[in-house]
Amino acid sequence: MNNAVPDNKPVARSRASFDLKTWGPFIALMALAVLGVLINPAFLGLDNLSNMLTRSAFIGIIAIGATFVITAGGLDLSVGSMAAFIAGVMIILMNSLVEQFGPGLTTIVLGIFASLLLGLCAGFINGMVTTKGKIEAFIVTLGTMGIYRSLVTYLADGGTLSLDWGVRDIYRPVYYGNLLGIPIPVLVFLLVAVAGYILLNHTRFGRYCFAIGSNEKVAEYSAIHVDRIKTMTYMLQGVCVALATIIYVPRLGSASGGTGVLWELEAIAAVIIGGTVLKGGHGRIWGTVVGAIMLTMIGNILNLTDAISNYLNGTVQGIIIIVAVYLQRAAWRKSVP
Amino acid sequence: MPITKMTNTKMALAALATAGAMGLPTLAVAQEYTIGVSIPAATHGWTGGVNYHAEQAKERLEALHPEISITITTASDPGGQANDLEDLVSQRNIDALVVLPFESGPLTDPVRRVKDTGVFVTVVDRGLEQEGIEDLYVAGNNHEMGRVSGEYIRDQLDGEGDIVVLRGIPTVIDEERVQGFQEAIEGSDINILDMQHANWNRDDGFEVMQDYLARFDRIDAVWAQDDDIALGVIEAVRQAEREDELFIVGGAGMKDIIARVMEGDELIPVDVLYPPAMIATAMDLTVQHFVSNGPVVGEYILGSPLITQENAEQYYFPDSPF
Repeated sequence: MNNAVPDNKPVARSRASFDLKTWGPFIALMALAVLGVLINPAFLGLDNLSNMLTRSAFIGIIAIGATFVITAGGLDLSVGSMAAFIAGVMIILMNSLVEQFGPGLTTIVLGIFASLLLGLCAGFINGMVTTKGKIEAFIVTLGTMGIYRSLVTYLADGGTLSLDWGVRDIYRPVYYGNLLGIPIPVLVFLLVAVAGYILLNHTRFGRYCFAIGSNEKVAEYSAIHVDRIKTMTYMLQGVCVALATIIYVPRLGSASGGTGVLWELEAIAAVIIGGTVLKGGHGRIWGTVVGAIMLTMIGNILNLTDAISNYLNGTVQGIIIIVAVYLQRAAWRKSVP
Repeated sequence: MPITKMTNTKMALAALATAGAMGLPTLAVAQEYTIGVSIPAATHGWTGGVNYHAEQAKERLEALHPEISITITTASDPGGQANDLEDLVSQRNIDALVVLPFESGPLTDPVRRVKDTGVFVTVVDRGLEQEGIEDLYVAGNNHEMGRVSGEYIRDQLDGEGDIVVLRGIPTVIDEERVQGFQEAIEGSDINILDMQHANWNRDDGFEVMQDYLARFDRIDAVWAQDDDIALGVIEAVRQAEREDELFIVGGAGMKDIIARVMEGDELIPVDVLYPPAMIATAMDLTVQHFVSNGPVVGEYILGSPLITQENAEQYYFPDSPF
């Protein structure tokens, strides 16, 4: 029972019985939502739901990238600092482009392009140093985490970088706007999730990620370019961070040393709550999406009540996360004969 | 070589006597003072302001007093700051220390050890846990800051209304401010709908305010306590398009907020000062200890004046990062 690999269970079984492993996170989410309604009916208000989903988009998009990295047996601790750094560079760049192009679409498109490029490069560096340098991902990304964090503090002179007001007014709809009633960040989140799902579950790249995460040596002997695939997961992570930053910047139009602190842990928590295994080899995109929404929902519910002392918010969060993962693993223990 | 030594001493004495007789200024000019300044690194807006004002004060004071030299060190955690203090004493041989402690507890003993070497110690903003270590204490008044904010809100609302409060990081500073605030509105019909921690952070301010707006149909005023939180609150209120029903009171004196106050923004009519420039005040006073005949030992508590459209200009530092 202990050393059984969950993936080994008979196909017939998973088809016949209700699969708690897949549905566990969804059930936990529903339970949490019911709790929210009981605590305060305002929870179900359209405004509140849309605020919450919009908020979860940052962590959610980052966590989808993290699902790939973790599935392939890696880890990226630098995402929060990377987001802050990219946001900082984006703001500086757009502010300086205003002189040349005015506060128009060109400025914003160039800013977005720079953001994606930076994300890609940052991911490439994490990937190359990890794979070619043969250094543990934990150490490499811990290092880059410190580097990006201090770089953004340096760029901001210890203060806050603020986006030009002209640009901000044009860029604002990217966070506050909506398409057919769906807030743009939620739409982006959904698109990234669908793309991530297809990439992880229906392409060769996705299968390689699973294989490398399960057993790197075997994957290598199976003629998989392990280093290349792993580096690609980090680059994908970088692009996800860039996308999250692109919708984050128009929200408050600023970046400082305090931007994105602890996002890496929230992203990793979302991935694990969703059913991905931290040591790799098994990933679920939809689980990650649910995990990210759940994390935001906990904070939201706590803000809607004053029944719990503010000082205990962290305790409640911690308990809910552990219980959610426990229930899911309990389902695993049962489903294996 | 006793003879040579004797001769040297004699010659020095002779020279001194001659100089004295001729009425020339002697040793007094040669005396130089080194002042060490230890502050937290610029990890968020307010400490960024502290760093900026410390640099400004260093330039100004060194130009004004050639005999004074100032060394600034920044640390990113309490342990690093304790190391800085040791280095200032052993490597720089400082005559005075100006310290803004990261945290009161862990730095009490390191500062005391500096004091034991005979250095003049000025403590800024966060008091130490033991009394009697510092020669001079310079600080803002958190209790007063809360009180001034509370009084403004009470007067603006004519003593009745529903308000929400966004608190900072759970610390003594936050407690004192909230206490002062609550005392100021005590006895009026102002009802605090809820208080949540927004950790002196823009993103948290935005999210907490969004949830307040979803939860309460009517909010007359917001006490954000801090300008970073206030900036998040502004965006949440704009998003909900409820700018007309309420006003926001922040605190600290961030240039973005002061600029809005100067322009007469109705959403942010005032700000309450808790200035990072207090580090400059402390450095000024410490220098006075060496160059002035007036005593500076004791406590120097800054007020927390209300910044309104009329007086905002004197608190506006466009070049400061904060």
